[in-house]
Amino acid sequence: MSTDSAFTVPRFAVEKQRLLAQLREVLPALSLLVDEEDLRPYECDGLMAYRQLPLIVVLPENEAQAQAILKICSALKVPVIPRGAATGLSGGAMPHRDGVVLSLAKLKKIVKLDALARTAIVQPGVRNLAVSEAAAEHGLYYAPDPSSQIACTIGGNVSENSGGVHCLKYGLTVHNVLRVRGLTIEGEIVEFGNAALDAPGYDLLALMNGSEGMLALITEVTVRLTAKPELAQVVLASFDDVTKAGDAVASIIAAGIIPAGLEMMDRKAIHAVEPYVKAGYDLNAEAILLCESDGTPEEVAEEMARMTAVLRQSGASGIRVSQNEAERLMFWAGRKAAFPAVGRITPDYLCMDGTIPRKNLARMLIAIAGMEERYGLRCANVFHAGDGNLHPLIMYDANVPGQLDLATAFGGEILELSVKLGGTITGEHGVGIKKIVQMCAQFTPAELALFHALKRAFDPEGLLNPGKVIPTAARCREYRLTRSAADGADNASVNAATRY
Amino acid sequence: MGEKANSCLERWTGRVRAAAAEKTAIRLRGGGSKDFYGQSLVGELLDTREHSGIVAYAPSELVVTARCGTPLAEMEATLAENAQSLAFEPPHFDPGATLGGCVAAGLSGPRRVQAGAVRDFVLGVKMINGQGELLNFGGQVMKNVAGYDVSRLLAGSLGTLGLIVEVSLKVMPVALAEQTLRFDLDQEKSLNLLNQWGGQPLPISASAWAANSLHVRLSGAAAAVSAATAKLGGQRVTPEESTAFWLGLREQSHPFFAGDAPLWRLAVPATSAVLALPGEQLVEWGGAQRWLRGLGTPADQSIRIAAEQSGGHATLFRADAAQKAALGVFQPLAAPLGRIHHNLKLAFDPLGVFNLGRLYPDL
Ligand SMILES: Cc1cc2nc3c(=O)[nH]c(=O)nc-3n(C[C@H](O)[C@H](O)[C@H](O)COP(=O)(O)OP(=O)(O)OC[C@H]3O[C@@H](n4cnc5c(N)ncnc54)[C@H](O)[C@@H]3O)c2cc1C
Repeated sequence: MSTDSAFTVPRFAVEKQRLLAQLREVLPALSLLVDEEDLRPYECDGLMAYRQLPLIVVLPENEAQAQAILKICSALKVPVIPRGAATGLSGGAMPHRDGVVLSLAKLKKIVKLDALARTAIVQPGVRNLAVSEAAAEHGLYYAPDPSSQIACTIGGNVSENSGGVHCLKYGLTVHNVLRVRGLTIEGEIVEFGNAALDAPGYDLLALMNGSEGMLALITEVTVRLTAKPELAQVVLASFDDVTKAGDAVASIIAAGIIPAGLEMMDRKAIHAVEPYVKAGYDLNAEAILLCESDGTPEEVAEEMARMTAVLRQSGASGIRVSQNEAERLMFWAGRKAAFPAVGRITPDYLCMDGTIPRKNLARMLIAIAGMEERYGLRCANVFHAGDGNLHPLIMYDANVPGQLDLATAFGGEILELSVKLGGTITGEHGVGIKKIVQMCAQFTPAELALFHALKRAFDPEGLLNPGKVIPTAARCREYRLTRSAADGADNASVNAATRY
Repeated sequence: MGEKANSCLERWTGRVRAAAAEKTAIRLRGGGSKDFYGQSLVGELLDTREHSGIVAYAPSELVVTARCGTPLAEMEATLAENAQSLAFEPPHFDPGATLGGCVAAGLSGPRRVQAGAVRDFVLGVKMINGQGELLNFGGQVMKNVAGYDVSRLLAGSLGTLGLIVEVSLKVMPVALAEQTLRFDLDQEKSLNLLNQWGGQPLPISASAWAANSLHVRLSGAAAAVSAATAKLGGQRVTPEESTAFWLGLREQSHPFFAGDAPLWRLAVPATSAVLALPGEQLVEWGGAQRWLRGLGTPADQSIRIAAEQSGGHATLFRADAAQKAALGVFQPLAAPLGRIHHNLKLAFDPLGVFNLGRLYPDL
């Protein structure tokens, strides 16, 4: 485990036996894990480089049990780490050594699907794809579609404000959730949002989206369902130059088109994916774009004509339009399998998640190529190009001493460049523990202090997912000192500190 | 950023610090177009119009960044030059409406169901908190989960959490084609139809029912609009009439809103049956926003109870001071939510400087 994660995490003096005795009173035996072999599967989330065994894992079967657990934990001052499917890529669900992991795995019922109202009320452990599957018979689906949608949960999606390949047109999780019901750390029931389109008071529903399990435990979510478009078609465009591909993205948007999906992959990603998925990607291309249109057949035909014209003008070296649904899914299959495909060609990889203004896509790619040389590591690039959201996949081997640190530094440099290019250190994967240091680059001490105060408004004792997302002031001071020592005055932390 | 803008911000942060030290209240105000909205207006006026102008706008980024005092009309004109718009169609209510006020009030117009609300378009803010600190949250990019989403939280906070000094908003291309259709239908039939249509892939961008007449607007690609026009039937409204109608609705210059009777806004699930409440009703947002006013409208909490029972809430949108004081403007919050609100106010504005009591008496 890297030293990075350890030193910010606050410790709690927990009497394990007393805690266990109380939990046993409210939970069936099968909902309480204490033996090391049972705890082991919970030691990390999708960020596998960081591991920590929890004290205890609890798996409540209903909201009442979850409430009882929280009442006990808050009374005994025990940290609680909510956990969905643990596909999170920033360590948000990584356990705390003094804490309880609260898994929502058993809360996986679709409580109600109202086709006329186009809403579904679901428990937090329901998988993203399960919602669309249940809605399909009504011609409806749940629009946000993270590539992990087979596994990840709605509770996790809300907590990360997850996106997918169709978010440019259909929005992120925050745009598709109407209500979140939850429990405060004290075990009080709270409802953020309601069955209408807005709620009185502050928009706490928006605040819950992307809050990474730090504000409240989510026990139920009402999601909005969307009418399935009659037709979707995707164009697969190859480019012999990444700059042309990046500029094509900006040109499509500038032409007033909002594609249903607009994704980009670079040469390394194409070469990882194609042998694995056989999606039909052009192995000679430096970059490919996947650009989707959906709607009525007439609408799609009209938009496809406009999109292909822009792609041609932007210098695409090859253009293929999906001729049927099977081919469309095949074109997408490559993109959706990009992470596992890269996982096959390298022992380990770090997935980064910066967002930048679209116009800087090519600049970022060129900078990353330079970093590959400097760090001696390969990096495959998969972008939600329409949103300017980058997923560089930095390949390394954890068994080679020093490589994880190199990969981490490489990733850190990408994120800091994202901030400099007018973007952010995370578009959709969250901060967790992975990017907590880069938070110091993006925010000033006063901004971070406000985040801490906001957290205390929900969780005064700091028991929900402690030590994540918001770095302490001391940590950032240290970061700034080491950064300015390392690269002189011209770095992102200094920019953040002196922005005004 | 201009020197003038910088010095304005310096003065403002200084003024807020001084107010915090002296424990005096500040009342934030742009064009004053939403003075009618919310509860008490207390404190010394801070006119945000001094800090005005578009800071950055690149159409291919779909983002505009502008200062709080920028007139909404100016922003919309600039966007229109590039065939883009604020898709949530914010009401102005007065030619002087500013961007800061638009975000703080959090009100969205006819396109809300199709496009989203103000908060859905807020990408980032620069703000001054109650201690006079200038802070930045969010940014100019479409996706951003670094830290809590403070920018969206400020949308609709009615200036009680801080002074919004600059906002970045997502903008959208203007639809290539538009067609409004009119149907002679009662409310019940209209609600049924709207909900059925809502579950189909139709480009419906607005709807309004009043006095047994239903208007539906279609926006999108020309082919999609003409296909939907053929499918839905109804009478076609001319483009001029259509523009005037939706503008009248957005600005509440539609005859329904004339006169001084108190106006209630009920946000309910679109599928709620016709609300059996005395008074006239105007239904927007596919059934999700229902306006109520006029003869016999009860001067008690029964409207709130009805809204809550259907799963939503009710706002006393326009009323005189006495009515507002008697009934409260916004639906009261459940106890745990009230506590979180109170704690948030303390986090942003610990000494109680901004817009005291405008949203709820204790904030
Ligand atoms: C192969 C792969 C592809 C991916 N693709 C995408 C993608 O395209 N887009 C994208 O956005 N993400 C993607 N992700 C990241 C990840 O899948 C998402 O962040 C997802 O939303 C996490 O859901 P989860 O159920 O696994 O949550 P977890 O990982 O279990 O938890 C995530 C965070 O949410 C908190 N949490 C979980 N449940 C609750 C709850 N009920 N109440 C309160 N807090 C809770 C946890 O404490 C943690 O902080 C991908 C991950 C993988 C492994």
